[in-house]
Amino acid sequence: MKTLKTLAGALALTTALSGAAFAQTELSMWYHGAGSTVERELINQIISDFNASQSDWTVVLQEFPQIAYNDSVVAAAVAGNLPDIIDVDGPVMPNWAWAGYMQPLQLSEGALDGFLPGAIGEWDGEVYSVGLWDAAVAMYARKSVLEENGIRIPTLEEPWTKDEFDEILETLQATGDFEYALNLGMADQGEWYPYAFSPFLQSFGGDIVDRSTYLTAEGVLNGDEAIEFGEWWQSLFERDLVPGTSQDMADHQTGFIDGDYALQWNGNWVAVQALEALGDDVLFLPAPDFGNGPKIGAASWQFGVSATSEHPDGASAFIEFALQPEYLAAFSDGIGLIPATAEAAAMTENYAPGGPLEVFYGLSEAQATLRPVTPGYVFAALEFRKALSDIANGADVADALDAAVDAIDADIESNNGYGFEE
Amino acid sequence: MDTMTPKTAKSLQNHPTAGWLMMAPAIILLTLFLIGPFLLAFGFSFTNQRLISPNPTQIVGLRNFEQMLGVGVLTLEPERDNSGAVVRDDEGRPEYPRVRTFTRNNPDYPHLEGMREWFGWSWGDNQVVVLARDLVFMKALTNTLMFVAVVAPVQAGLALLLALMINQKLRGINIFRTVYFMPVVVSIVVVSLLWRFIYDGRNGLLNNLLSFISFGQFRPVDWLGEPSTALWAILAMSVWQGVGFHMVIWLSGLQTIPVALYEAADIEGATPWQKFRFVTWPGLRNTAVLILVVITMQAFSLFAQVDVMTQGGPLDSTQSLVFQAVQRGYEQQNIAGGSAISVLLFLLVLAISITQRYLTRERN
Repeated sequence: MKTLKTLAGALALTTALSGAAFAQTELSMWYHGAGSTVERELINQIISDFNASQSDWTVVLQEFPQIAYNDSVVAAAVAGNLPDIIDVDGPVMPNWAWAGYMQPLQLSEGALDGFLPGAIGEWDGEVYSVGLWDAAVAMYARKSVLEENGIRIPTLEEPWTKDEFDEILETLQATGDFEYALNLGMADQGEWYPYAFSPFLQSFGGDIVDRSTYLTAEGVLNGDEAIEFGEWWQSLFERDLVPGTSQDMADHQTGFIDGDYALQWNGNWVAVQALEALGDDVLFLPAPDFGNGPKIGAASWQFGVSATSEHPDGASAFIEFALQPEYLAAFSDGIGLIPATAEAAAMTENYAPGGPLEVFYGLSEAQATLRPVTPGYVFAALEFRKALSDIANGADVADALDAAVDAIDADIESNNGYGFEE
Repeated sequence: MDTMTPKTAKSLQNHPTAGWLMMAPAIILLTLFLIGPFLLAFGFSFTNQRLISPNPTQIVGLRNFEQMLGVGVLTLEPERDNSGAVVRDDEGRPEYPRVRTFTRNNPDYPHLEGMREWFGWSWGDNQVVVLARDLVFMKALTNTLMFVAVVAPVQAGLALLLALMINQKLRGINIFRTVYFMPVVVSIVVVSLLWRFIYDGRNGLLNNLLSFISFGQFRPVDWLGEPSTALWAILAMSVWQGVGFHMVIWLSGLQTIPVALYEAADIEGATPWQKFRFVTWPGLRNTAVLILVVITMQAFSLFAQVDVMTQGGPLDSTQSLVFQAVQRGYEQQNIAGGSAISVLLFLLVLAISITQRYLTRERN
């Protein structure tokens, strides 16, 4: 009898609870950060605050590992199962907007005032996505190692030149203290390649596609500058200065902190970790200048609303809620990303004036370059990654770049120019 | 009343829809997930269908197939200096003009536009180069054929060897049976992940083992990072993973052979080899046909290992047809291209299966 009572009580309670939830319309949301407990806590905090702050909507989160996220969204779009709110990598957004998976945001006037340009995703004159942060890439180094080897610490005004950088890598390799002089992160075979390495190509004077028309890659991805870049790129692997494409992910993640790699080319999302491990010794240095100015990639993950959402007003309301400075600051404190507004930056530990990561603000401001803003970027990025992997593994430089150009041009043609016209 | 029961049963069996009803679950599922998608793929392969695109789909005829299968031959004459002598490099080999000067924007060779060097050989002082329009597809095709050609005999042979070994009445033989069969039960994705650690070039188990048993003489090899070893590494792992399954099939074949035949052979004074050659092997005929066909089909669908371990690299040395089909369809959002590969793969497997059936047919 007693058990029956408890059971009835439990039943009544759950009914009451689900009844309460019924008053709010459910909004589904997908996020790419599965596996990162810090990100999960941050995003869940925003969601529970939002759900508690009003009575119209309740956001339900589903997380995906980053490597499978884009495929999942594309598959869901084909099947017509997209959630209301998605997050999208900045350079991929034009493709999803063009293909009709996303709709423009419905933000109130002035919601994006003071946001870094890299955090706002615009396509065809409309804002489709907005980020709580931007990311930046830097050359991680140990001050003690540089000083020991008499290496000049570069500045934004005077970055390392190509020859200087090459010499530094050989000096560091020759010390014998490190397995490799530099960790490029070759293990991370996703968007990292175009994000981290296409700025090198741009600094040499090439690019992934011709941005004057967005209709071809001929001459920019296989021109003389690009071939010069490719030969330099291949020489890094031939001279055994960097680990190759078969690098283990675990080595990539801990190698610099463990002292296996002298330098590391990595994003600011691992900066907090490096600071904790190495303290004052760690330096975040600007990209080398290969001839056309030092460059790094801009734009990171952003939030948007799917085209099939039945409640775009609710989805936009959530995104606008998430843009509050305290959340921007929380994400920055949690994973070291650059908060999207100055107001939020002042609230953070690391990006406040005088903070240890403030330098990234300068890097982003001075060097950040958007990846080509075209729906064709998604395909071009795959071909760029393949060409760089192949060149690293010893393929003929010109042939590998030609192959990428042909594939990119064929893709643009079969998509009727992705909406661009001559 | 006595006759009622058998009568009902009979009428149910004879009911015209009974057979259809019983087949329905299988037919519906097969149509939904096998026949339907295949017909769709067949249709898509003649269009420019994208995964998702605002542009309308157009029929393009055989263009996808022409694009994939296009090959050309180019004979390169060595560079000559002003006096007409062949220019040679430091090692005395003649120097040739670059292939890309013929295949890119060269109005004299429009049929070679966009092709890439596949392989070549020397012909006197000239160099003959075979070009492919879709080099990645060609490499996927040759890799897959190579994979099948090696895996089918090796896996079948090893499985037979294991089956013969465990087909003995020894104490604890079940432990061996379990151990050999275990990899089959583990998901291929998990197996691939584990073997990635084993093959690791820095501190993988395999390198450590080889260096230990050779007293440090062995220089570590980056098994999955070298174009010359990557496919073999995947191949060895695949055989290891799949061999247990076919061992069990061989075993079931072995146990259908009547013991009396072996006893008779013993009385005749047959050697172990003669017993295998004239009793065991003929008794396994049907099993052998089954195993050969099954392994061949499984080997053609090489995908998960490549996806997890190498992504087709390094230098396309581990591309496979199924991996390329998925890569094109999903990652590159080119459903038409992926479908065209699937259709070609289907025709290939069909042709090989028919040939196998013909060669292994009962000859009376």
